[in-house]
Amino acid sequence: MLSTLLLRVDPRRAGAVVERNVLVHRRGWIVLLSGFFEPFLYLLALGIGLGHLVGSVPAPGGGTVPYPVFVAPAMLAVQAMNAALTETTFNVFGKLKYMRLYDAVLATPVTPTELALGEIGWCLARSGLYSAAFLGVMAVLGLTPSWWAVLAWPAALLIGFAFAALGMALTTFLRSWQDFDYVVVIMMVMFMFAGTFTPLSAYPAWVRPLVELTPLYHGVALTRSLTTGSPDLGALGHVAYLVVCVVLGLWIAARRMARLLLT
Amino acid sequence: MGGDGYLISATGLVKRFGDFTAVAGIDLGVRRGEAFGFLGPNGAGKSSTMRMIGCVSPPSEGRLSILGLDAASHGPQIRARLGVVPQQDSLDVELTVLENLTIYARYFGIPRAVAQRRAAELLDFVQLADRAGDRVEPLSGGMKRRLTIARSLVNEPELVLLDEPTTGLDPQARHLVWERLYRLKQRGVTLVLTTHYMDEAEQLCDRLVVMDGGRIVAEGSPSALIARFSTREVVELRFDLADLDGARGRDIADTLTGLADRVEVLPDRLLLYTADGDATVTAVTDRGVEPMSVLVRRSSLEDVFLRLTGRTLVD
Repeated sequence: MLSTLLLRVDPRRAGAVVERNVLVHRRGWIVLLSGFFEPFLYLLALGIGLGHLVGSVPAPGGGTVPYPVFVAPAMLAVQAMNAALTETTFNVFGKLKYMRLYDAVLATPVTPTELALGEIGWCLARSGLYSAAFLGVMAVLGLTPSWWAVLAWPAALLIGFAFAALGMALTTFLRSWQDFDYVVVIMMVMFMFAGTFTPLSAYPAWVRPLVELTPLYHGVALTRSLTTGSPDLGALGHVAYLVVCVVLGLWIAARRMARLLLT
Repeated sequence: MGGDGYLISATGLVKRFGDFTAVAGIDLGVRRGEAFGFLGPNGAGKSSTMRMIGCVSPPSEGRLSILGLDAASHGPQIRARLGVVPQQDSLDVELTVLENLTIYARYFGIPRAVAQRRAAELLDFVQLADRAGDRVEPLSGGMKRRLTIARSLVNEPELVLLDEPTTGLDPQARHLVWERLYRLKQRGVTLVLTTHYMDEAEQLCDRLVVMDGGRIVAEGSPSALIARFSTREVVELRFDLADLDGARGRDIADTLTGLADRVEVLPDRLLLYTADGDATVTAVTDRGVEPMSVLVRRSSLEDVFLRLTGRTLVD
């Protein structure tokens, strides 16, 4: 599916879509800063504040780690999710329905797949910067006990890619701004319950499969296993899950865009 | 180009949206270098046809070949060589006037330096060079239209599609757009446009088709269509609205029988189709008919359309 999807993609045309966004944000770069601070605020409030009360929690690879070490990689994953979903739902919806930007773009040789890839590419460029900065701060604060943490950066990119593709697909089904209440609820529920603040083992047995169904759970488990230095075969499972999200999201997004705009 | 010598050739082209048929089977051929028009009222199927030619709307049935390529399978290749001016400007409101052109060029894979050079030339061409660094939003309707035309030319297209290029513009802005389009035509660019303004069609088109209800009802040059479907002159007799109400309009028309080749009764006036307008006016007065005002004019495409469909173009 992915190969047929990407076979006829011209990277220069997807790149032009990225270029357009870069140009727009070169003037409004101040807006980009907000994305840097969000995860630090959570880390400060929950990791340091709550961490004092919680003490240590079980680490993925056995043993225990201080709570900030446990929760910081989850914030890395949440940041990647938030950046990806905000860009591909709110911003893409505005361009799709109100600015009618894509009508003009699709009159050029750019295809719906290239357009989707371009928007996702921009989203990743942006969230990749945030992730790198956040990971750097984690290292400085001593929240990355292992060198495996270096791989948490590509992991964050993959998480961003998965959510960007899913977000793009979701956006094509939204009818009005009211529907964004659902998006906010989905983001909130995942943020709270996808194993971000507590280990999976802390949930009742019947809730665990539901948690494991969310893409964020796999993102969190992946980054956490890397920054705490205990990746195992399970990590590959998380990667596979996220890759499936990428392919599925991209496929649906491109098809739906074509159905909406190329009528 | 196609083996048949046409830049665009369509046979049995149909476009359906659910149960609604927008284009009900049309055949066309557009030659290189010609200015070809679709004339018809709103809902005639003009825009649907244009979108199919622009390869942003797959035909429901029929064959469509553009620049010698099959529209169904070669969308991106065809779009790479087209210029499109859609009915709504769809400019990028987050970019400046100049950036609207440079970024659009990038969608075609045009190198940055070339894009910059062409964008500057095109802003000169559409007389917007002094607005290069401005946002798009505050531009007037005419300026936005000209910018959209400039945008459609960034890839140096062989064929430019213009969907109602001057709808909503004031007369001065329209004339400026027409003048620029005329220059393009002189450079050998093939123009395909839709309009519901007969004067636009007469000004710009070498050849046109009249569309109504998703079908082509006539085809030819503006003068040939007028010669074939109308008389040389038209006498317009304007009456009080109440005078032409229902049967009374018909009565007046009956009084005038034999004075013209054909009489059309519209809500506010009667149209008498005749070879010699002044002579007809004299004859009308002789029969004791007293309209509020009288106008003698040359036949136009509006009359052709009225004759073919029984309706006026802009209602």
